[in-house]
Amino acid sequence: MNTEQTALLVEAEDGASLWHDAWLRLKKNRAAVTGGVVLTMMVVLAILTPWIAPYGYEAQNLDLGATPPSAAHWLGTDIFGRDLLTQILYGGRISLAVGFIATAVALVIGVTWGAVAGYVGGRIDSIMMRFVDILYALPFMIFIILLMVVFGRNILLLFLAIGAVEWLTMARIMRTQVQSLRQQEFVEAAVSLGLPPSAIILKHIIPNALGPIIVYTTLTIPSVMLLEAFLSFLGLGIQPPQTSWGLLISYGAETMEEYPWLLIFPGLALTITLFSLNFLGDGLRDALDVRGSKD
Amino acid sequence: MSLLNVNDLSVSFVTRNGTTEAVKNVNFTVEPKSITGIIGESGSGKSVSCYALLGLIPQPPGRIDSGTAEFNGRDLLALSQRELRSIRGSDVAMIFQDPMTCLNPYMRIGEQLVEPLLVHGVANKEAATLRAIELLDEVGIQNPEAAMRAYPFEFSGGMRQRVMIAMALITEPKLLIADEPTTALDVTIQAQILRLIKSLQEKRDIGVLFISHDLAVVSDIADHIVVMEKGLVVEQGTPADIFTNAQHPYTQKLLAAIPNGAPPEPENGRDTLITASNLKTYFTSENSDEPVKAVDDVSLSIQRGEVLGLVGESGSGKSTFGRSLLRLTPITDGQISFDGIDVGGLDRNNLKALRRRMQMIFQDPYASLNPRMTVYDTLTEPLLLHKIVARAGLDAAIRELMDNVGLARGFAKKYPHEFSGGQRQRIAIGRALATKPEFIVADEPVSALDVTIQAQILDLLKDLKDECGLTMLFVSHDLAVIRQIADRVAVLYRGKLEEVGNTSNVFNSPQSDYTQRLLAAIPGKSAA
Amino acid sequence: MLRFIFWRLLQAIPVIFVVITATFFLVRSAPGGPFDSEKAVLPEVKRALEAQYKLDLPLHEQYIAYLGDLSNGNLGPSFKYPGRSVNEILGSGLPVTAELGLYALSFALLIGVLAGVFAALRPNTRQDYIPMGMAMIGICMPSFLLGPLLLLIFGIYLDWLPIAGWGDLPGDKILPSITLGSAYAAYIARLSRAGMLEILSQDYIRTARAKGLPEWRVVIQHALRGGLIPVIAFLGPAFAGLLAGSFVVETIFQIPGLGRFYVQAAFNRDYTMILGTTVFLSTLIVFFNLISDVIAAWLNPRLRAQFKGGA
Repeated sequence: MNTEQTALLVEAEDGASLWHDAWLRLKKNRAAVTGGVVLTMMVVLAILTPWIAPYGYEAQNLDLGATPPSAAHWLGTDIFGRDLLTQILYGGRISLAVGFIATAVALVIGVTWGAVAGYVGGRIDSIMMRFVDILYALPFMIFIILLMVVFGRNILLLFLAIGAVEWLTMARIMRTQVQSLRQQEFVEAAVSLGLPPSAIILKHIIPNALGPIIVYTTLTIPSVMLLEAFLSFLGLGIQPPQTSWGLLISYGAETMEEYPWLLIFPGLALTITLFSLNFLGDGLRDALDVRGSKD
Repeated sequence: MSLLNVNDLSVSFVTRNGTTEAVKNVNFTVEPKSITGIIGESGSGKSVSCYALLGLIPQPPGRIDSGTAEFNGRDLLALSQRELRSIRGSDVAMIFQDPMTCLNPYMRIGEQLVEPLLVHGVANKEAATLRAIELLDEVGIQNPEAAMRAYPFEFSGGMRQRVMIAMALITEPKLLIADEPTTALDVTIQAQILRLIKSLQEKRDIGVLFISHDLAVVSDIADHIVVMEKGLVVEQGTPADIFTNAQHPYTQKLLAAIPNGAPPEPENGRDTLITASNLKTYFTSENSDEPVKAVDDVSLSIQRGEVLGLVGESGSGKSTFGRSLLRLTPITDGQISFDGIDVGGLDRNNLKALRRRMQMIFQDPYASLNPRMTVYDTLTEPLLLHKIVARAGLDAAIRELMDNVGLARGFAKKYPHEFSGGQRQRIAIGRALATKPEFIVADEPVSALDVTIQAQILDLLKDLKDECGLTMLFVSHDLAVIRQIADRVAVLYRGKLEEVGNTSNVFNSPQSDYTQRLLAAIPGKSAA
Repeated sequence: MLRFIFWRLLQAIPVIFVVITATFFLVRSAPGGPFDSEKAVLPEVKRALEAQYKLDLPLHEQYIAYLGDLSNGNLGPSFKYPGRSVNEILGSGLPVTAELGLYALSFALLIGVLAGVFAALRPNTRQDYIPMGMAMIGICMPSFLLGPLLLLIFGIYLDWLPIAGWGDLPGDKILPSITLGSAYAAYIARLSRAGMLEILSQDYIRTARAKGLPEWRVVIQHALRGGLIPVIAFLGPAFAGLLAGSFVVETIFQIPGLGRFYVQAAFNRDYTMILGTTVFLSTLIVFFNLISDVIAAWLNPRLRAQFKGGA
């Protein structure tokens, strides 16, 4: 840095970027901060599960059977005498993984598709979006069930199937964003400066479209997790020996009269996670001042 | 006795970030059968003080701290919401700024029109409908029976404002509060609406409180003018008093900001920099197979070093013409040549080279700057892209640019949202000048700004033009602004060129009918 | 308007066609035929069965035959319940599911719209936070968790309501309807709150107040029409969701509806049943999307006029 440059920057007071302002707003939102903290904890627990789980995943104690919460088994045991806390921790790994990975699939496809359609415009845009419209009208829940029935209950397929549903909305949001940004005068100003399209997309469009994408991503994760739990509950999602929260809830529901804790604790784990994600998403929406993205 | 006597009114807004005093100890009156104009810039408290009278300020955050407002022997500020409601829309009616958004889009005109009569129990449905049709006819709506069944979107802005006026007058109020009723309208429509308000006021002997930011408009219509600044009434009097004998420095500043300078003398013997021949820019329309002919066969040339003012109302194609010249909007037919280069036929590299030589300044300084880039980044972009300076000289260049457009150097690392509208427009001008262009299209560069700021930005543009030897296409709907800055004027109407000539010739002896109508509509003649 | 409906119908046809085709080939390409699990079946019997169900024909002929049957409204026989056709099974399940869906949707609309409008009237006060907090719980509490919990509390611990069945015991329709409807009540509450907030900040609401309208008239006459359009547009997707939700709810409460048949068919690999149900439900969903779009467009005077004029 030469001396003159330093001089100018020393003179200049630091400005507050929109990200900075958003962060300040988010920090003030207690529900969102709590959501973020709880979510982080959940993720850390899921990652560390193999090391911190009190019992082995396959450890059974048939003599013990189902017992209510106790000092040895904080959340009780199931009818095979397996530790429920251990089950929930391992189930959480799968549930969270499905949530994050399927959302990531949706994010990549949707953002690319929407950005291209929105930026290119014209006939290509209308063809691309008509395709999305048709897929949108398909009854996907039924289709996913069908897929699960036909190809067996494969976890990889589950990621793909869920991701394939969720990318549609992502593509629509991204396209709307890009389209409205394209018409903004600052983009027009960049064009009249002679900036190449790649630089316009990178410097002017993406940073401004990021807010809605972040918000919608945060809100997609819980709906993906719900979908997975729904399928697992019906017996069409995750299969034993793997487990997920949806599957644990399903087992719990079968025996809830005698052993209510087997329903309540997995249910609580799922609900708390969904709560955290939704509160965080709503908080981000307010903080980033995103309007009408999902509801 | 006054119709409305506002005494010592103070209003503040209490928010988490503290208390803002929006209106401070304001006094004014509205006499029966006369018009009181309140004038001020955005944030002066002019609207807040009027809304407060009718309880239309949400409380909280709003709070009326003190004052009385005597109307018809009752203090409006002491009334309960229920009592106020019986006065609103019956004895006191309001019309608002933007007729496009003030009518309910989901309800038929007739339904909305009769509502005040029904709510206040003045008439039954049949009588109310008859009355509404009568009034629509009176405010100049053709075929009022059909209009009753129409939805708002079927009407233009001017027509909607007429409907709003009919709706306000339907209960025969004694006082009409008009909040910037013509600001959103084209200048010829504005003149019609002002005439309508004035004639209805005289015919019905009602008092009008007319709020506006435009001193020229207010002076045309008001019997008494109240000038507000930052929540305070700084001066009041008759229009003649205000124009000839303004005491307060702010009023003097407002008067000075009314663009009325003599047009610059045209210099002769300059060569042509840019020529558009038979330029056509059409847009395909979603609702119809006919394209929208935004620019329809316009030929125009601009001399090196001159400012060509391009005038027109909304929809005249003036902005599209400017964008077409810069190849920001694809043209349908015709030719543009810039310094002998055919702009339409350039490939990407040559176009980029040409872009350096021609730049644009936009209307809305809130939309024309990337909200996520600092002033420094915004100005850096063109400098490095066109290699105007090497990286080492960047700081000096940015400093020079900021000095030129009158921005304090301490602002370099701030983001657009931290600036006022005028400052933002300075940044945008700095960006346009960064490439050292020869030609600039300025698209309504001052119309989003307050009057006093407008004057500053116009002065800045004039200075820069002289210093840098710029050629400029100055697009505006505001004839007064054009007159002040343009050497020559071109008038566009519905995509066609109506007239072009030296500024003084066009203003003094307009040739086309449309130009004559346009000039007749300029407000502020009665006082000037 | 007719033009709009026609245009939307035109869009719906390829969708339904894609659904039929995709479903058919997916189901046929599934590993393992429908009679594989039946160990005791002799090869001759198996062949006879396959001939009866046209499984011995080449795939494209099967497809054409299926399309032909469909055009006559015939969804084919069930593999698992010989002697019963898919049409019969659907016919017996449909009224039950339709009734359940209707109750759930009514519950969702009533509670959702009331809560949403109520919250929007006083944003960021307790009157807003409480219903919206409830809505958040509704969204985060999936039906397969809410159902068993409600059963546990009201059916078993308190013993107020029956725990299973449909129309057999008084009150046995309450828990399933609430279970199915609550998530949608929550979504509708959020949608109507957002819609109302948006409309209430419009200039024309200020005009209505300036006319001296009482607040309830401002809300009902001026704000509701625009504010509830998002809710109407949501009804199409909500219908699809309700159908899917009925799979779970009918399983939990042992209700003999379409959803339960579908899930059972999925487990039994009853291919014609899956195929038939999928085609039927998909058509229904596409149709309901169409209706909710048409209503939402019709509520917007500008769109209505555009399509009326046929421009």
